[in-house]
Amino acid sequence: MRLLLRQVGHHYADLPVLEDISLDVAQGETVAIIGPSGCGKSTLLNLVGGLLPLQQGSIETLGAPPPGCLNPLTFVFQDFALLPWRDVAGNVALALEHHDLSRVERDARIQDVLALCGLSDFAKALPKQLSGGMRQRVGIARAIAVRPAVLLMDEPLSALDAQTRELLMEDLLAIWGRERTTTLYVTHNLAEAVRLADRVMVLSRRPGKVKTIIGIPIPVLERGKPQHAAALAALQEDLWQSIKIEAQVADREMLGEAQHG
Amino acid sequence: MAEPRTRIAFRGGGFVLGNRRWAPWIAFVIIIAGWEAASLSGLLPALFMPAPHEVIAALRDLVNSGKLGNHIGASLYRVLVGWALGTSCGLVAGFAMGVFSMARAAGLPVVAALFPIPKIALLPLLILWFGIGEPSKVATIALGVFFPTVVSTFSAVDAVPRNLIRMAQSFGLGMPDILRKVVWPGALPGILAGFRISSSIALILLVSAEMIGTQVGIGAFILGAGNLMQTDQLVAGVVLLSILGLAISFLLSLAEKTLLRWR
Repeated sequence: MRLLLRQVGHHYADLPVLEDISLDVAQGETVAIIGPSGCGKSTLLNLVGGLLPLQQGSIETLGAPPPGCLNPLTFVFQDFALLPWRDVAGNVALALEHHDLSRVERDARIQDVLALCGLSDFAKALPKQLSGGMRQRVGIARAIAVRPAVLLMDEPLSALDAQTRELLMEDLLAIWGRERTTTLYVTHNLAEAVRLADRVMVLSRRPGKVKTIIGIPIPVLERGKPQHAAALAALQEDLWQSIKIEAQVADREMLGEAQHG
Repeated sequence: MAEPRTRIAFRGGGFVLGNRRWAPWIAFVIIIAGWEAASLSGLLPALFMPAPHEVIAALRDLVNSGKLGNHIGASLYRVLVGWALGTSCGLVAGFAMGVFSMARAAGLPVVAALFPIPKIALLPLLILWFGIGEPSKVATIALGVFFPTVVSTFSAVDAVPRNLIRMAQSFGLGMPDILRKVVWPGALPGILAGFRISSSIALILLVSAEMIGTQVGIGAFILGAGNLMQTDQLVAGVVLLSILGLAISFLLSLAEKTLLRWR
């Protein structure tokens, strides 16, 4: 399923947050969205996912969702958003229970995604018994259980330590390799963006506009290889240079706003 | 010259509360023993404060005469019916105020205006409406329990993390499913904490309500014993109330352990 954004804009009260965002995301493509704090990255994701009402422009999907898709636009949240009173299997089940699935089908889907995310042995564990990385695996398992057409990932690895992040990035690549989902991936982490995305969309400081869109020419599955490290580092440096000044200004602006209430 | 060598002292102790299961029993024993000693030595005059053994004897008499069952039965009926009625209405109102903007906007000022009124002050009015019998007493308790339940339920629903609701919406769950699977379990800790407060209020109102126009019930028993200067029976009635309070607290703890196992 393709994703088409045309001249999307958004404001909170009098404060413009996004302006004139246009983007085409191809079927199976991963586009990372980066930009300074407060530039509207998460707002854009919420608009695409229908969690915020669209004020300007249009957001459309093109094409049929994959077979068995129960929730075409599916989020993976930064804070995992797991129900603490449900065990791992129960949290995944939450996304399926209100759909017309037989018990057998539902259980099969749950077992399948738990196995895919390395959680089979933790099906009965409560979220509080899991590490941050495992919790996010549950969030990812819950998302792919509905066989989404588009994954909307809002800084999914930012609450995790560096080692766990590395491991989860590899897991994500494996999952995307199998599921072929179209993905919008919001992140602050430039290394994550160049490692995971096919293209990186850079937003300017608030109100966020498309500053540039950079393609990553190295095939995703080869980016872990040492021979590509220098090229990836150079791309990361390019991205940093493209947002550095704006990030500094945005930081000062946010500090000023905080001081003036 | 050798450099000075200093052993690093531990300074991270304290401020961690441990479990001392025996402590409450020791506290009770000390209080009762001190009370008995003060009575036996004459420090506490028997007319104003009976000794623990006299209170126990009064309780035994109550059991043997068969009056205990009558008093406790009547009180339990009033407190249970009143509490259940007030709590169920309070849960519905509090839930509505936590979820619906209109209910919140309309309900908050009403609750703020009526909550502070001591509900026992309304008993004469309720007697006028419902008569001197059981309904006025049950209504007093129900009314007293209703407002704290509304407030605690409303606050508990309000405190359910919004990210969980957004997550449920993002997976396409409808309003009834979100209320049942996300909001209700998320609010349950706060609601159960509110039950503790409302059950204490129910006991206070029970005693007050039973002191008007009735012969049966722990409150009526305490009032009658006081009028006759039978302080041993009066204190026995107070002990019964304390036991009732402890039983309610035990049941609530049991409910918390069962329903909030995930915490």
